[in-house]
Amino acid sequence: MRMHLKLLPLLLFSCLLFGHANVYPAPFTPASDAEVLEHLPFKASDPTTRELRRLRDELSANPRNLDKAIALAQRYFQLAMADGDPRFIGYAQAALAPWWTLDEPPVAVLVQRATLRQYSHQFTSALADLKQVIQIEPRNGTAWSLLAAINMVQAEYATARQDCEHLHGLASKLIVVACIATVDSLSGKAEPAYLSLQETYASSTAVPANEKLWVLTRLAEMSDRLGYADQADAYYQAALKLNIPDAYLLAVYAEFLLDEKRYSEVITLLKDKERSDILLMRLALAEKALNAPKAKEHQEVIRSRFDAARMRGDKLHIQDEARFYLFILAPPDGHGDDKTRLPHPNPPPASEKLLAGHPEEGTNASLREFYVKEALRLAQENWLGQHEPSDARILMAAALAAKDVAAAQPALDWLAQSHIEDRHLQQLLKALRELKS
Amino acid sequence: MILESAVEHALFAAKKIFTTIMRRVRHGAHGAPCLATLRPTGRFGLIRLCFTALLLMLASTAHAHKPSDSYLILNIEGAQVYGQWDIALRDLDFAIGLDGNGDGEITWGELRARHDAIAAYALPRLRIQSEGIVCPTHASAHQVDNHSDGAYAVLSFVAECGKPLSAVELNYSLLFDVDPQHKGLLRLEYKGTTTTAIFSPDKATQHFYLAEVTLLRQFLDYAKEGVWHIWIGFDHILFLLSLLLPAVLYRKQKHWEAVPGFHPALIDVLKIVTAFTLAHSITLTLATMGVVTLPTRLVESAIAASVALSALNNVFPLFEGKRWMVAFAFGLIHGFGFASVLADLGLPQNALLLALVGFNLGVEGGQLAIVSAFLPLAYYLRGTVFYRRVVLFAGSILIMLLASVWLVERVFSLKLLGF
Repeated sequence: MRMHLKLLPLLLFSCLLFGHANVYPAPFTPASDAEVLEHLPFKASDPTTRELRRLRDELSANPRNLDKAIALAQRYFQLAMADGDPRFIGYAQAALAPWWTLDEPPVAVLVQRATLRQYSHQFTSALADLKQVIQIEPRNGTAWSLLAAINMVQAEYATARQDCEHLHGLASKLIVVACIATVDSLSGKAEPAYLSLQETYASSTAVPANEKLWVLTRLAEMSDRLGYADQADAYYQAALKLNIPDAYLLAVYAEFLLDEKRYSEVITLLKDKERSDILLMRLALAEKALNAPKAKEHQEVIRSRFDAARMRGDKLHIQDEARFYLFILAPPDGHGDDKTRLPHPNPPPASEKLLAGHPEEGTNASLREFYVKEALRLAQENWLGQHEPSDARILMAAALAAKDVAAAQPALDWLAQSHIEDRHLQQLLKALRELKS
Repeated sequence: MILESAVEHALFAAKKIFTTIMRRVRHGAHGAPCLATLRPTGRFGLIRLCFTALLLMLASTAHAHKPSDSYLILNIEGAQVYGQWDIALRDLDFAIGLDGNGDGEITWGELRARHDAIAAYALPRLRIQSEGIVCPTHASAHQVDNHSDGAYAVLSFVAECGKPLSAVELNYSLLFDVDPQHKGLLRLEYKGTTTTAIFSPDKATQHFYLAEVTLLRQFLDYAKEGVWHIWIGFDHILFLLSLLLPAVLYRKQKHWEAVPGFHPALIDVLKIVTAFTLAHSITLTLATMGVVTLPTRLVESAIAASVALSALNNVFPLFEGKRWMVAFAFGLIHGFGFASVLADLGLPQNALLLALVGFNLGVEGGQLAIVSAFLPLAYYLRGTVFYRRVVLFAGSILIMLLASVWLVERVFSLKLLGF
């Protein structure tokens, strides 16, 4: 086995620096009582704090009151949606504790449990809960909309479309059209779907703000995929103007700005959102592109968060982790500036791969190769669980960087089957075809 | 010197097996329908709900923050356990309140004021137990640390266990009641070796052997688990017994006759036991190495079916003289059952093969003990009507009935029997 000897000391060095050091740093005693250690999401005077306290008190007075439990769980879930903090998902689950482990809990619990489960990507158990709901209550709109959404994530477009059809009479026309248009836009009917949703939205009156947010985000994504960057930007801006905190909107808009190379706008958009992993990731990508002062620091924070996630056995971040390896550690221009630092050598396969030997190129080149391979491995693992455009995109991009066309095949098959129209995917497809020939 | 971590107490394995057998009864709690509960504002309430659901689903990257974890380091020295427990300030604030002035910021002063409350809240939620006795803990220092997702209170403590520890049982319940997604990440240090483990509501109690374990000791521990598993695994015993019952007899004109000598009975038994052993060793190894995996429900159901079939064969002989083939075929399935037990015990990554071989030899040893108790007794009784009518015939029918109930239970996830 040929081992790249130069890499070994680097590896050991990085273990010392970035191994347990980050997850078990050194404790200290603050110098002054006035030193601020932590910022909480809400002040005591915040209306949200008061509302949550009221809901919690009501429930703790009678923990088996189903209505109160559902109300609290729903409120926590909204908070999780707003800024992506999974603690709220745990709190929501705790509110449902008396029913959580039942095989056949009340319908309201089934719906809420499915909602929380899919948030943690437990799609199989979420689908099982929802199918139970539909059996008991065939006209449960929430269940149908959740089913549609889960089937979309898993690229089951025909099923998702049927689920949307079930919403007729259960939800507003705008929601039904948006549901169907979202499926269609991913399965070969992007242009008519976009137009139909645009038209329905324009003619809808008295649309609640959160529905507006949702529809505008869908329209922005659709127009972006179709290559209408100006319209996409306008829709994103309109959605942001609603002033409803929404982590997803920020993430996809940042993504759009990164594609458009509008890096400084990403920094303005996300500069105080470092707490969120996905937003920090996008911020770091923009900072790296501009060589901004905080780029390095943020890169290390992201790395230590991935280490922490791995320690707890979390797999929810693999798409972003693949991105981290591909675009931050091994950027396409080949100037990976991370010469002295290797990733935490855990999980073992990564370091084994590393030590399995690279031919005598420069350390830099073999490092880049290692990062690319790791990105590809993660992107492949991610693809097993979900099939959305962004999942295909990272898989294809990693395969392209690794010059391994075969690795992208599952995404290419999906592309062909779904007839998805997405300018980013088309570009990658073209590049992969060129590489092949 | 190896710190043996993941081998859990035999009772834990027993519990696992029994819970596999005894699926919980489905609770029939039909409550208020969703829409009635969730529709306070008429049609719009519902619409909002649908919308929220859809929105969220498309936001598949929404898991944006690090979830709640605590970091627990335990250093075991003699009779003392020295602990360092990093708990997120956000979690402590949610559980017991830290923000004294309610301004949304936690200062060192506010935290200091709550030090006693933090110790009183956290320490009872970590039970350190040695030889069945709980080691009392007391806080020794309070500091702060910054992890990748914010500030943590660092609680140092000492547990006094009275005498030097050879094994420790840890029960972790911090925050599980308010946030079931919370996890406790443990690093256990003992004489220079480190073990890690993760506590979650499903895995709140874990055992760690601390003896300066030699490879031999580790091997023996897994062997012990193997013996114990075959001993409490009624389905495996009944399968084997069903195949062995006719070994002291032979068929003559559709009737059972006692074998004339010990030799043919022994040969028959050896063939069956060897075939079973070979088969389950193959699948146990393949499954443990991760080469083949099957769903537990399928495996458990197939095991029940194999017991029923092998007992049926004694009443209506289908595989006369070829019972070793049955033993081999179904032995493959039983191997998957053993593998899931071994997986639940936890496998030391540094000594995977050792654990596998130890566990398997334990299973074989347990099996051998059962066979050597069975064979002389059966041989002695073989000529009696009692053996043919009661033991073989009625016994097989009983086994068949029992196995059929298991089969129904396992296929439909029901619980019909109390054991």
